[in-house]
Amino acid sequence: MKEIQYTITDLCGLHARPAGELVRLAQSHQSQVRMLRGERSCDVKSVLSLMGLGVRQGETVTVQTTGPDEAEAADAIQAFLSARV
Amino acid sequence: MLTINGNSILDGIAIGTLRVVRQMQPSISNTPATDPEAELARFEQARLRAIDQQNTLYEEALLKAGAEIAAVFSIHALMLEDEEFMGSIRTMIRTEHSTAEYAVLVSGSRHAAVIAGLDDPYLAARSADIEDVTQSLLETLTGVLPAPLQFDQPFILVADDLAPSQTIRLDKKQLLGFVTRKGSAASHTAILARSMNIPALVQCQEVNDNWNGRQAILDGYSGTLYLDPTPQMVKTFSELRRKDEEHRALLTRLRGLPNQTKDGCTIEIEANIGGLEDLAQVEENDAAGVGLFRSEFLYLNSPAAPTEDEQFAVYKQVLKRLAPKRVVVRTCDLGADKMPDYMDFGEEINPALGLRGVRFCLTHPDFFKTQLRALLRAACYGNLAVMFPMLTRAEELEACKELLEICRAELQRQGIPTGPVQVGAMIETPAAVLNASEIAASCDFFSIGTNDLHQYLCAMDRQNQTLDSFSDPRHPALLRAVEWTVQAAHRHGIKAAICGELAADPTMTEWFLRIGVDALSVNPVSVLPLREQIREMDLMGVFAFMPPEVRFTK
Repeated sequence: MKEIQYTITDLCGLHARPAGELVRLAQSHQSQVRMLRGERSCDVKSVLSLMGLGVRQGETVTVQTTGPDEAEAADAIQAFLSARV
Repeated sequence: MLTINGNSILDGIAIGTLRVVRQMQPSISNTPATDPEAELARFEQARLRAIDQQNTLYEEALLKAGAEIAAVFSIHALMLEDEEFMGSIRTMIRTEHSTAEYAVLVSGSRHAAVIAGLDDPYLAARSADIEDVTQSLLETLTGVLPAPLQFDQPFILVADDLAPSQTIRLDKKQLLGFVTRKGSAASHTAILARSMNIPALVQCQEVNDNWNGRQAILDGYSGTLYLDPTPQMVKTFSELRRKDEEHRALLTRLRGLPNQTKDGCTIEIEANIGGLEDLAQVEENDAAGVGLFRSEFLYLNSPAAPTEDEQFAVYKQVLKRLAPKRVVVRTCDLGADKMPDYMDFGEEINPALGLRGVRFCLTHPDFFKTQLRALLRAACYGNLAVMFPMLTRAEELEACKELLEICRAELQRQGIPTGPVQVGAMIETPAAVLNASEIAASCDFFSIGTNDLHQYLCAMDRQNQTLDSFSDPRHPALLRAVEWTVQAAHRHGIKAAICGELAADPTMTEWFLRIGVDALSVNPVSVLPLREQIREMDLMGVFAFMPPEVRFTK
């Protein structure tokens, strides 16, 4: 399992366009991708699950990738988050 | 006349006849289905069709409103592919023998309720998107189509709520605006309407279905709906609407054109802002960038001093959104008339001449470093310039620059990325004007703050109204100071901008061009009127010295 941490700096949290792109990015990898916020977590491949996590600006989330391409998935998500949210 | 209030989503005005549209709700009962496999097949067919519809809406929105907003419909398509959401519908059909429409209705409402229950109002407003995709599935399954939202006369639409998919399909030829009982100013419907330039009020709970056919004024500036307005009001608001339309016409005509006189002399026109809420105006009015971001508003609009991360988030947003356009952030200019409750400036007999601007910041270096670190970090995301207020001499500027470099070194040691920053000096004290050459030698640009410069040059308190008969915004001393400063900047090969109120004064524009001012930074709504004026001018190539008193004697 690979793990990254990221603090959301976008004022709208994970809003429409970046949220959709993140879901598609996660779906393009075989590994399971989960996002953790405090006690709760979600499946990043599900847009509703991600929206339901309610991530807001200023919060630090952890993304865990588990599976055959976990390192690539973690790198791709890290790059996406720093560029977009 | 009756007045009711709602939340406005756009500064605009609509005047016309109300048309009430009631949404038909298909009746869906919990009668068990006889053949679950057939229901699953019906559901699958409806789902594929709904995905197709969302893709079509995406294309339509791309043309009408741009990629950022069209993304709403690609999110809708993702929802229709969502394993958890769609899976819960299939499970209901399979195990509870529900009809496809009942399973869609129950699961859609349940998922929408979860999102609607989130604390964050922005995220909670996304529940309308789940309702929208649920509705598109139900339309195919039940064959009950939504009421058409078209009339052959211009109208203001009244409805319970509007889905994003309905909003993007609204025909703007006859639609003047809309009023909904539900909805949210943070919803995708509101965002779409804004991009389509449709005035609208949401959360207008008192709106009544019996008002069909009655006249109304929708005032998006104040969030008010006036039912059966008086002829006088119609006249007043028609005038306001005409001004709006004129401004919009100006926008269409001048967008993308240079601020260039007939003989080829140009000047940049940038915008003054106080925070993120002004960015839409900067973009809409086609400003070259931000010439003055009054960062002290971050401090004044907050119950405690904003942290480094909070400031970083704001600067990053501004820079990212406007990149590659330049954003000039004035470091926090507190003191005098701008004192947040949580800060202590001590007792001052003369606060306008007291501990303010960089004087406060340089004597409170930890406080100052919080802002400088946030700025250096945000500089990675766009084109950032920082300028320091209330300077009197080059040594103060050097002290600010030194602190900036200390912050950069600290961030680098911590492995935190920083970006390049241009450094500017705000020229707003008589001392800074007289020391302009020395200051110009150690910075990248000047910005002349004419409001404070006027008050300090003339020793006239700008807040003392009894001085109005002496006060002259185009005082010859001020104009001489401006010219002196611009010349000092040019001798040192740097640019000089004007960012006070004088910058937007149309009677000054020609003179600014003639003395070689490089940029004006003004309220966003002044950008295009100035551009229009400049494009009409012909300076006949005369740039030589022109004594201001010849033209502006009182």
